[in-house]
Amino acid sequence: MRKRLFYVPYFLWIVLFVVIPLILIFMQSLTFDNGKSIFSNYQAFFSSGVYLKMTFNSFLFAFLITFFSLIISYPAAYFIANSKYDTFLILLIILPTWINLLLKAYAFIGIFSHDGSINYFLGLLGIAPQQLLFTNFSFIFVATYIEIPFMILPIYNSIKALDKTYIQASEDLGANKIQTFTKVVFPLTMNGVKTGIQTVFIPALSLFMLTRLIGGNRVITLGTAIEEHFLTTMNWSMGSTVGVILVFIMIAIILFTSKTKKNKVGVKNHE
Amino acid sequence: MNKLFSRIYLTILIILLYLPIFYLILFAFNKGNNMGVFQGFTLSHFQELFADKRLISIVINTFLIAILSSLFATIIGLGGALLIDSLKSKKAVNTYLSLNNILMVSPDVIIGSSFLILFTVLGFSLGFMSVLLSHIAFSIPIVVLMIIPRLKEMNRTMIDAAQDLGATNFQVFSKVTLPYLMPSILSGFFMAFTYSLDDFAVTFFVTGNGFETLSVEVYSRARQGVSLEINALSALIFIFSLIMIVIYYLLSVRSKKMIKNGKGRVV
Amino acid sequence: MKKILIYISLLLMVCGGLFYGNYQLNKSAHHTQKTLVIYNWGDYLDPKLIKKFEHEYGYKVVYETFDSNEAMFSKVKQGGTSYDIAIPSDYMIQKMTAANLLKKLDHKKIKGLSNIDPTFLNLDFDKNNQYSIPYFWGTLGIVYDKRLPQDEQPKEWSDLWNPKLKKKILIVDSARDILGMSLIDLGYSVNSKDNQQLLAAKDHLDKLSPNVKAIVADEIKMYMADNEAQVAVTWSGEANEIMSRNKNMTYVVPKKGSNIWFDNIVIPKTSKNPEGAYDFINFMLKPENAAQNANYIGYATPNKKAKKDLDQEQLKNKELYPDEKLLKKLQVYNDLGMKYIQRYNDLFLEFKMITN
Repeated sequence: MRKRLFYVPYFLWIVLFVVIPLILIFMQSLTFDNGKSIFSNYQAFFSSGVYLKMTFNSFLFAFLITFFSLIISYPAAYFIANSKYDTFLILLIILPTWINLLLKAYAFIGIFSHDGSINYFLGLLGIAPQQLLFTNFSFIFVATYIEIPFMILPIYNSIKALDKTYIQASEDLGANKIQTFTKVVFPLTMNGVKTGIQTVFIPALSLFMLTRLIGGNRVITLGTAIEEHFLTTMNWSMGSTVGVILVFIMIAIILFTSKTKKNKVGVKNHE
Repeated sequence: MNKLFSRIYLTILIILLYLPIFYLILFAFNKGNNMGVFQGFTLSHFQELFADKRLISIVINTFLIAILSSLFATIIGLGGALLIDSLKSKKAVNTYLSLNNILMVSPDVIIGSSFLILFTVLGFSLGFMSVLLSHIAFSIPIVVLMIIPRLKEMNRTMIDAAQDLGATNFQVFSKVTLPYLMPSILSGFFMAFTYSLDDFAVTFFVTGNGFETLSVEVYSRARQGVSLEINALSALIFIFSLIMIVIYYLLSVRSKKMIKNGKGRVV
Repeated sequence: MKKILIYISLLLMVCGGLFYGNYQLNKSAHHTQKTLVIYNWGDYLDPKLIKKFEHEYGYKVVYETFDSNEAMFSKVKQGGTSYDIAIPSDYMIQKMTAANLLKKLDHKKIKGLSNIDPTFLNLDFDKNNQYSIPYFWGTLGIVYDKRLPQDEQPKEWSDLWNPKLKKKILIVDSARDILGMSLIDLGYSVNSKDNQQLLAAKDHLDKLSPNVKAIVADEIKMYMADNEAQVAVTWSGEANEIMSRNKNMTYVVPKKGSNIWFDNIVIPKTSKNPEGAYDFINFMLKPENAAQNANYIGYATPNKKAKKDLDQEQLKNKELYPDEKLLKKLQVYNDLGMKYIQRYNDLFLEFKMITN
């Protein structure tokens, strides 16, 4: 009996903070206006070149951010997992995530600005001040910087969970290091990579504070559009529409990144 | 050769990860007024910080929210993990897990905007409580995900043995299950804690009535220009994070030992 | 179990301590419990005046900020908040009145309205000042670096389209202002509801995008003061602060016309302390306070009796206090209604997406 009581808050949470908000945001996105289609917001979204272009751009940026953080993080996770001091190293990687995201963004305003340190050093080298802040480069750089630890962690976990005997077997069978890596290690750590992509790509679609502080509003993501509609233009209805579309994109990404999970029951995410 | 390369790679990566943070901290001691060129050492920004009652009050609020939300999230999440673990049907387990994971993978703007709609529909006043509830809400799933794998690994014979020896349900829970789950509960708590401290977007949507957390305040200050008081604050937060992570590390090492001993005793 | 209970009680004790600390902090700073929540633009009220007000009237002031009229409107309308004072601009006051969000002012409780220059009273957006009391007013214009070559210095809106200004311009993140600028440059009204004109203005703006370095809010001040950009489209008060921090910068209101705006004090319906709100209004109407505020913020005050206490240099600045001739060319924003506000916002969002 007592045990059941302990389940109640969790159940309430699911109803109140998961199911109901989803229903509400969906309801909000519909149009209940005589003479207009219920889905007129969606029609507006898909017939307007602007929203489609913004969605495309948002995807492109999220893709680049995910791509760069992946190619930087995979080797790092691999090296850490193979190091004697792996727990210490992984703590070192986690620690920066404890510093508030906004504080890090704020640091980059100082680093990239016209009078900032990079330009100061460039000046010492005799190079004229470069425009760094408010560029696509700076936005992708800062976003990648912020996402790297979140990419390293799942990959590290999957490498750690890897059964070492596979590697030995592969080497015993005469595979060289590169073959072992491409044929054994990488495929077996795909789940970590997929989790990493999932944890980086979805937030990267919606980083509205960075588009503003670092991108100077020249980069508009789906997240920026939602935030603008909710807090600036008060068009909650259109904001919810973009939100619902983002939710569908999210579901698609999750389905895409978890497709093969069933095949590899042996590899457990050991967090 | 390979070793050397991996060492160099990791060293460069870690230096790059910490550079912006140390940059912030360094300029907290700058005599000048911006983050451009270091003009000499001073502690005046720290003095400013300690005299800024509004900012201190915001820091206190931020920690209050973080501690309370992670505490509640851990308790509710533990209940959730036990609930999911108690289910027999695989389908039910998957349904619960999917519902659980929705908030894990949802972008912050979706969580923020849908909670804002929720609070508006309920006529709930925006401020401390709405922020606290939101933080509890988005921290619960991570706690559940931290605890479930550990529950799965748990040896059922331990519970059977305890019950055979005449332990009540509550005793089984408090003497066997809970100690066994301790490390995962702690990880869950700390993850929830970091989630809360790190959150900006959700809070940004659901706050009001003058209630602000640190990240919202930093956002509005960054939009007004650089102030080295914020750097001084970052320095303090960094030191605090270091202390927390050391405590976390020690706790998890200790509880792991505890479990080992505990296990030895029960079996 | 015991351990867990110990942990939990330790945490709760820490929380208790934090609560107490926060309570003490707020208490030691203020003497009474009665609070006055002011919802205002960022950096738009001298903090020393807040202290003075708290001291004189015994309220605890909570100062919360917004960065656009629209953001302010949605927070007030959302209803989860109870602001005692808000400071929106002209067209937004019209809109808030229409949305029934404002308290009608009791003029018997207001002392010192006669200190205000009649030019700023009884304006179209609020006839007879039934809902609002003037706070500041100003213009939209161009700040530029005097070190720019003569042929690049923008004095009219059209000069901004000069290809030589590539990636040199910062503009304010405000749909009405930026589309308005484009409309004026094309010779239309800033309150245009003509779809053709709006589309033309948007196309015109798109051609500006190569020159736009960033679309930002309050940061414009810092970036211009730090030479991050050479040109900015911003409001007079911001310009004034930029000029005081960076001597190379200057401000100009285009002769072809621009926007003139008025920020007025209002009392939202949800106010829990209307008496305090009246106290605040009366406090701000006092010439010495209005002058101190104007000297601190750098915007033009509508308080004519405050002028003797103003920085004389500021008062002489024609761009800040324009003469009659220029004043006639300036246009006030009207509330366009939900549909057209949406249209402006959508077009501006489109423009932002193009900039990339």
